Amino acid sequence: MSNNNLESVPGVAPAPSRYRNQISKYIIYRNDRCINCSKCVEVCKAGVHQQIGASSFSRPQEHKCIGVSCNACVDQCPEKALTVIINPMIEMLGDYRWTSDLILSTWYQAETGKLPPDGLEYCIGNSGGGFDRLRIKFPENPPIELKSDEISTSIPLNRRNDNAHRVEIGLPVYGGGMSYGSVGLSTILGKARAAKAWNTFTCTGEGGYHATLYPYDDHVITQVATGLFGVREDTIKRVKIVEFKYAQGAKPGLGGHLLGDKNTPDVAAMREAVAGTALFSPFPFHSVYSVEDHKKHVDWIKAMNPKALVSVKVSTPTDVDMVAIGSYYAEAHIIHIDGSYGGTGAAPNIAKKNIAMPIEYAIPKVHNFLKAEGVRDKITLIASGGIRTAHDVVKAIALGADGVVIGTAEMVALECVRCANCESGRGCPRGIATTDRELTHQFDPEWSGQRLINLLSSWHDQFVDILKKLGMKSVQELVGRHDCLEYEGVAIHGK
Amino acid sequence: MPEKYHISITPTPPRFTPIGKVSAIERDGCLGCAKCAKKSCVYDVYRNRSFDSKQLLDTMDSLCKNCFRCVQECKGRLISRSINPEYKRLGDSYWKPDIIATTWYQAETGKIPVSGAGYLGPFTGHGFDSMWTDMSEIVRPTRDGIHGREYISTSVDLGRKLVNLEFDKEGRLVSNLPPIINIPMPIIFNVLPFGKVSKNMRLSMAKSAAKLDIPMLIEAEEYFDELASYNKIMMPQFSIKTFETHKELLEKGGIRLAEFIYEENIMEYVAQAKKINPELIVSVRLRLDKKADDITQRLINDGVEIIHLYADYQGNEHDAAQPRFIKDMVRDIHRQLVAKAIRDEVAIIASGGIGLAEHLAKVILCGADAAAIDLTLLIALECRVCKRCTKGLSCPVEMEKIDIKWARRRIINLMGAWHSQLIEVMGAMGIREARRLRGEIGRAMFLEDLERDFMNAIMCK
Repeated sequence: MSNNNLESVPGVAPAPSRYRNQISKYIIYRNDRCINCSKCVEVCKAGVHQQIGASSFSRPQEHKCIGVSCNACVDQCPEKALTVIINPMIEMLGDYRWTSDLILSTWYQAETGKLPPDGLEYCIGNSGGGFDRLRIKFPENPPIELKSDEISTSIPLNRRNDNAHRVEIGLPVYGGGMSYGSVGLSTILGKARAAKAWNTFTCTGEGGYHATLYPYDDHVITQVATGLFGVREDTIKRVKIVEFKYAQGAKPGLGGHLLGDKNTPDVAAMREAVAGTALFSPFPFHSVYSVEDHKKHVDWIKAMNPKALVSVKVSTPTDVDMVAIGSYYAEAHIIHIDGSYGGTGAAPNIAKKNIAMPIEYAIPKVHNFLKAEGVRDKITLIASGGIRTAHDVVKAIALGADGVVIGTAEMVALECVRCANCESGRGCPRGIATTDRELTHQFDPEWSGQRLINLLSSWHDQFVDILKKLGMKSVQELVGRHDCLEYEGVAIHGK
Repeated sequence: MPEKYHISITPTPPRFTPIGKVSAIERDGCLGCAKCAKKSCVYDVYRNRSFDSKQLLDTMDSLCKNCFRCVQECKGRLISRSINPEYKRLGDSYWKPDIIATTWYQAETGKIPVSGAGYLGPFTGHGFDSMWTDMSEIVRPTRDGIHGREYISTSVDLGRKLVNLEFDKEGRLVSNLPPIINIPMPIIFNVLPFGKVSKNMRLSMAKSAAKLDIPMLIEAEEYFDELASYNKIMMPQFSIKTFETHKELLEKGGIRLAEFIYEENIMEYVAQAKKINPELIVSVRLRLDKKADDITQRLINDGVEIIHLYADYQGNEHDAAQPRFIKDMVRDIHRQLVAKAIRDEVAIIASGGIGLAEHLAKVILCGADAAAIDLTLLIALECRVCKRCTKGLSCPVEMEKIDIKWARRRIINLMGAWHSQLIEVMGAMGIREARRLRGEIGRAMFLEDLERDFMNAIMCK
């Protein structure tokens, strides 16, 4: 795996759900005609049925069941004691972008590090547009035959080849900014563990640099955002990458907002703020009204940390291409565009739905523009905002990005159900996006780290598999290869 | 700096338990665990639940926030959830359950709906869902955004504006300035599409409109004397027929606005109305159909001051096999008027299908000066869009019994939430005046353009 700059393949280990009852697509009923013959254990290839002792069964592992397309246990039970049905509750789980299938398949990958069994969609959602209408176009036979270990999934982040760090990451994926406050430490540290294992990065978001992250310094991006919360000389010096957050895809043109309840004494101390008060990050940076102003910020970072890579995170308005080229001339290494359907800990619904363009349009727009300006190979284009699956990553890269940033996918791996209540009261009831003392104790960083390592491992395998079919030795060959995509187009109503 | 326009909100709970999205399902067989999953509900839903014996509803269906913890933690696996079939049945193909639920929330709280996670809906959709509003990135905030949202003005003008002013040799103004009205937010209360509209409902609409200082349309024949205190914002609507019988309304003190339903010779009646009250500003209500473009131009040439373009209550073109949507029709008309250099002579009000704050911003981006809202007002008062009233059946939320004070608060809350949201999107766009939002398609993105510009290269043939 030297191709990925990894000393060893990160260890996949089982990281089962932390809940006693798993939500599954299928439900299995065993009635009292069962004679404990264990035929079901024998015929089930998915390992759903397990016998404990001579006369009892453990509860069926329904989340592993592949459903009616198999039906082996039902068909072969001599007493007709088993029934498999679709779980009626599944309708409550998920939404257009993250369907219940996508949530369940992400959970499966996070638990096992492997692709889910048949019958669960793991590539696309049901949004009716963008990635969900794009298909990867595979040639009948790959133009060249490659072995899996010849294929590299790593990408360089410094394409200027200047004095800054020559950072290369093992996967074309890194973790999005989530501040301490918006999420809890078990989440932050889990992300950092996975970033280290896969030789990639996680990001502090705008909330300061928690001391427990120090062992992960080489895998942490620290964010400088408009509120400047927790930004200190020390935090800038620790890291290899500094990210300027000008806007966030879910709420472009609006500031950040940490609700008072989530601003615990610990959070407040890091942000140098008063506990219990709501904290606002204004929009825009009141010291940046031009690319020249931005350059001044970059110089300021470079004075403290001359070898730092500079990433500029912006959302996707119509002029995002101009912003990208401006950032390039202001010496950014990474232009990170965050599309309008991206995640957030709290945003007005009107902003999440309406402001700025979906990332699927912004990627080709920026990629083509940078190419036309002759600088595309000098800057790393990172896309985020609605990247849910390994297939989304591949599509984003074929549309023109070098790599992607993920956020919601990580949350889902930690058993987020997308109930969207991250912002209310004490925060996430499932302990992911909260700093509430009681709620955060639902899991530890060991578990969250392993879940994320597993998910990335499954994604890695899918990248390799896709590149093999395309006959590409490196994921870098895929950038901007529109010919590897097919697009069905979006139905335009009433025109 | 002039006094800031501010809408005071008052939390106003619904009279009926709302139809929740969730159906809570529990099986028998409780094991009586000491540490019950229900007790650890983060939202105390189980502690606060009750049974609404009148509507036969478990209040849990609307209290539950769908986090699945009790479902996944109950040792007996007794708890589950499904989508409430009654919720799915709310509304119709345009006024979807989500629109109704979010309107209820805003009417109750007066707050902007905020949530975590990304947008949960489809990529794009019919009508207003096939366009996005833009924002202003680092290169442009200087345009307006520097001042912050407290300086954003949402006011617009209704009336005719002169293209240029004329002065005599001594420099005295000789142009006759037509009357003009400034409204603090680009909204007008429309006549209601259906429902048995009680006097109380009209009074509460009038009181809210007066408080908000925005016009309220009312069929001239429905006007009654108690409304006279609100004449300043009353906008009686006449047909040629009702004009003959009700024109004395215009002689009453204080009425500044009126509307005429379009017919071939309508301008004669507009002239008569103006004779009665020279300061009157008159709107002509025009159906959005095939002929709307031509008639609009003719009306402007005839000197009309306001044109109210109305689509059906779902925002669709009238009498068309494949109806166009209001946003596209308004956009086309606006563009034609701009091309003929007559757009600034008239104010355009658009109505039909304006159900969310984002629709307001979007229809203005497409070229309207203001929008008129209708069904939304009923939904604020708990209407479920079941349309039983249109068949003469009883109203499940007893609309005929509403209390004026309660209804007024609900309407004002909704408008307060819309006003804040309009400011949010304008702030993001870096636009400081609603007047400048009109037709500013540089701040809008349309699905068809994005598809053509960026995806054509990979489109399946």
